[in-house]
Amino acid sequence: MSVKYLPSDLNKEAEEDLRKIREKLLSLPAPGASGPTGSWRLYRPEISAAKCVKCGICWLYCPEDVISWVPRELPKIDYTYCKGCGLCANVCPVKAIDMVVEGE
Amino acid sequence: MKKVLMGSHAVAEAVRRARVEVISAYPITPQTVIVEKLAEMVERGELKAKYVRVESEHSALAVVYGSSASGARVFTATSSHGLLYMYEMLWWVANSRLPVVMAVATRAIGPPWNIHTDHIDALTIRDAGWIIGFAESVQEAFDMTLQAYKVAEDRRVLLPVMVALDGFIISHTSEPVVMPEEKEVAEWLPPREPLPFRLEPGKPFAVGNLGPDSVTMELRWNSWRAAERAKSVIQEVSVEYEKRFSTGTPTGLVEKYKVDGAKYLAISTGAWSGDVKEAVDALREEGYEVGLARLRYMRPFPREELQELLSSVKAAVVLDRSVSIGHMGILGSEVKSIAGRTPVKDVIAGLGGVDVSYEDFASILKGAVEEHEAGLSSEWNVAEWHMPWVT
Ligand code: SF4
Ligand code: SF4
Repeated sequence: MSVKYLPSDLNKEAEEDLRKIREKLLSLPAPGASGPTGSWRLYRPEISAAKCVKCGICWLYCPEDVISWVPRELPKIDYTYCKGCGLCANVCPVKAIDMVVEGE
Repeated sequence: MKKVLMGSHAVAEAVRRARVEVISAYPITPQTVIVEKLAEMVERGELKAKYVRVESEHSALAVVYGSSASGARVFTATSSHGLLYMYEMLWWVANSRLPVVMAVATRAIGPPWNIHTDHIDALTIRDAGWIIGFAESVQEAFDMTLQAYKVAEDRRVLLPVMVALDGFIISHTSEPVVMPEEKEVAEWLPPREPLPFRLEPGKPFAVGNLGPDSVTMELRWNSWRAAERAKSVIQEVSVEYEKRFSTGTPTGLVEKYKVDGAKYLAISTGAWSGDVKEAVDALREEGYEVGLARLRYMRPFPREELQELLSSVKAAVVLDRSVSIGHMGILGSEVKSIAGRTPVKDVIAGLGGVDVSYEDFASILKGAVEEHEAGLSSEWNVAEWHMPWVT
């Protein structure tokens, strides 16, 4: 009574699987590794240049790292990836960011 | 080298011989003795491993997960509630295809608090993508732990391995163990090849980033195929190990005890299988044609081998140290799922460490034979609870 488990293409199949793990399970750091997440957005953060004091707090807090800012300048939001979470609007000390319904 | 050791210390000796590089664990009875021994070995410089103390089992597995991802050979151990506390990380490890090895000294899950063995804790992870072995003896706990590294790290497998040993019955019982010398083990088990990937400073990448749904499904299929391949790898590794080190432990996925010419088959796993063998011996002397299939591995499930065994007997009895509340014994439902037309009786016994003697097994097996011969096996669709003290 002996059962054989060894299909002849076992090694080939294993190498194919290994390649697939590396290709599909791993990802290199890149902008938007999960795709253009801006399409998830329901509310769009808009910075009022008149109110903004250029403190950079929104830049510091944005969980998606999609706000760019240099000291003493107006921050800029990358809408391709901004998910519209509203955190920036929440932390802005002078309420310079409005969350506007997307498409309006 | 032959020594008298308790199961926990034998597992620690196997881990030492595997030259494990990172160990992280949180104490829980009856597992604690394993990692205490390892802590001693590290302290004395006998094992050059990093021993990371953590605040929970979830963290213990997270530590060895990260270490394994960076290419290290790792070990952790737990029991019961500790294993459940690891639950989320168990799936991360398996789905990341990392060859982590973990010992589980099986213990009932509370309430009520109970430190004695049954197999439910280990079996709660049967769907997670781990290879799950059950040792019957101290020797087998040692052999299985060493073999676990060879199997898990094989490029045809790359799945984590859990070695289950019955709490106290194996973990705290002393038996003679044959242990190959460190040098011999090193020749057989080379340092780990960092597969399927290696995280290292300066070369950042993410593991398991969000992707299309189809990727999840493809990767699950990928793991499933690996578990199928693991059947032949376990066979290969255990046969090769026995050839080199002659410890006398059965090889492959299933130990077949007195199955030649058997008309009835007992099926069990874990430490109490030794008592089932005694029952089989006693019944054979009385003229009952009974044999035992002892599952050394529950995952991958030895579907083909069991089917072959079941197709040549009149009926089978699963001696089940587990239950899935709302259905039947876990081992029982697994066996029934592949039994074809062979009637299978599922007998739930020994939960919470309740002692089951070889006389109990003999009477359970005899009862099943009589029921089958009286044409009653069609009623075996519901599990039977073996609780002779309840009337
Ligand atoms: S809404 Fe959220 S994601 Fe978008 S810029 Fe503000 S903090 Fe960043
Ligand atoms: S937190 Fe508000 S004030 Fe500060 S930079 Fe951002 S938008 Fe301007």
